[in-house]
Amino acid sequence: MKEITLADKFQAKIDQEIKIEPKDWMPEKYRKTLIRQMSQHAHSEIVGMLPEGNWISRAPTLRRKLGLLAKVQDEAGHGLYLYSATETLGIDRETLLEQLHTGKAKYSSIFNYPTTTWADIGAIGWLVDGAAIMNQVPLCRCSYGPYARAMVRVCKEESFHQRQGFEILMTMMEGNEAQKHMVQDAVNRWWWPSMMMFGPSDGDSPNSAQSMKWKIKRFSNDDLRQKFVDICAEQAQILGITLPDPDLKWNEERQHYDFGEIDWSEFWNVVKGNGPCNKERLDARVKAHEEGAWVREAAMAHAEKRRKRKEAAQVA
Amino acid sequence: MSTNKKNWPLWEIFIRSKQGLNHKHVGSLHAADAQMAMENARDVYTRRMEGVSIWVVESKNIHASSPGDAEAFYEPANDKAYRHPTFYELPEGVKHI
Repeated sequence: MKEITLADKFQAKIDQEIKIEPKDWMPEKYRKTLIRQMSQHAHSEIVGMLPEGNWISRAPTLRRKLGLLAKVQDEAGHGLYLYSATETLGIDRETLLEQLHTGKAKYSSIFNYPTTTWADIGAIGWLVDGAAIMNQVPLCRCSYGPYARAMVRVCKEESFHQRQGFEILMTMMEGNEAQKHMVQDAVNRWWWPSMMMFGPSDGDSPNSAQSMKWKIKRFSNDDLRQKFVDICAEQAQILGITLPDPDLKWNEERQHYDFGEIDWSEFWNVVKGNGPCNKERLDARVKAHEEGAWVREAAMAHAEKRRKRKEAAQVA
Repeated sequence: MSTNKKNWPLWEIFIRSKQGLNHKHVGSLHAADAQMAMENARDVYTRRMEGVSIWVVESKNIHASSPGDAEAFYEPANDKAYRHPTFYELPEGVKHI
């Protein structure tokens, strides 16, 4: 009789769509893969606040400012859901932050691009959040329970992010020539980096097969990217803008849009730290963390004082 | 587990989404004490009116059953079909039972 190992039992659960919960046995590599992916996801939400935060004080109307504030606040919240979900895997918050601050852990490269005009806020909502949602919806069915549950909350909240972005662009497209030009320019700059958000092509994505087997991942990078292109190509027509890809064309036979080659050298260059804002983003995170140290300590001291006062009152 | 006293402890958050429903675990967060955990829980987990009541419990105070023992632990209920109404046979035509 063949001995049924823990690993066999684990895979059988996954195959039956039974979720894995924090205290369940799991292969060390499954744990490590999730810590890497989930912390990277959490870091992306937190660093993702920076490019948009840049425009909160300069939003063109109060309505836009309220929307953007709520969106950035959501991103902080999403980072927190994801950090605590990651902590269920046995790694503490301090270690996670240290990995971000020392560059050991990555965050999505998309946030290493600058937001130079207000139209960028619209383009980020439409394209960057659009791509993020495309990646995140399948994660709601991820095999790891705490990750899946966090993603359900994130996806529910995120649909407004994309809609506010589209509305910003739509409004500007109804404006003057300079405003229309601003939209086209923003889309030109954000299109390809957004396409890269789905990650390397399936052939160049070494961890994909294992993640699919573990049901951490449900669709291949290329499948999701294609879905994104098909949806955006149609929405671009409604907006009245052109996506910056001369090869973008409907393919009747495939029933999909064909699109041009992605410049992967740019992608890897940004991943390696040479994007336009890598240094600025990381410096801003480290600065916020260091300058917040006294607040964290003061809160602990205050809590301790409050506890002692309460104890004394009970004795008396 | 971090033993560093500088770090805020971890709290588990339970939310009652409306009157009449029970509190349900929604996730966790770090806070210096219960009062701060409560305020943080409001900001993190109820930004869209998801709750009318919040419980916060420091994670170290939660005692959980072990998934490894699940089979044996729940075994006693496994063979007790007579605890379910369908175990009992009634003639057709009996109503309201």
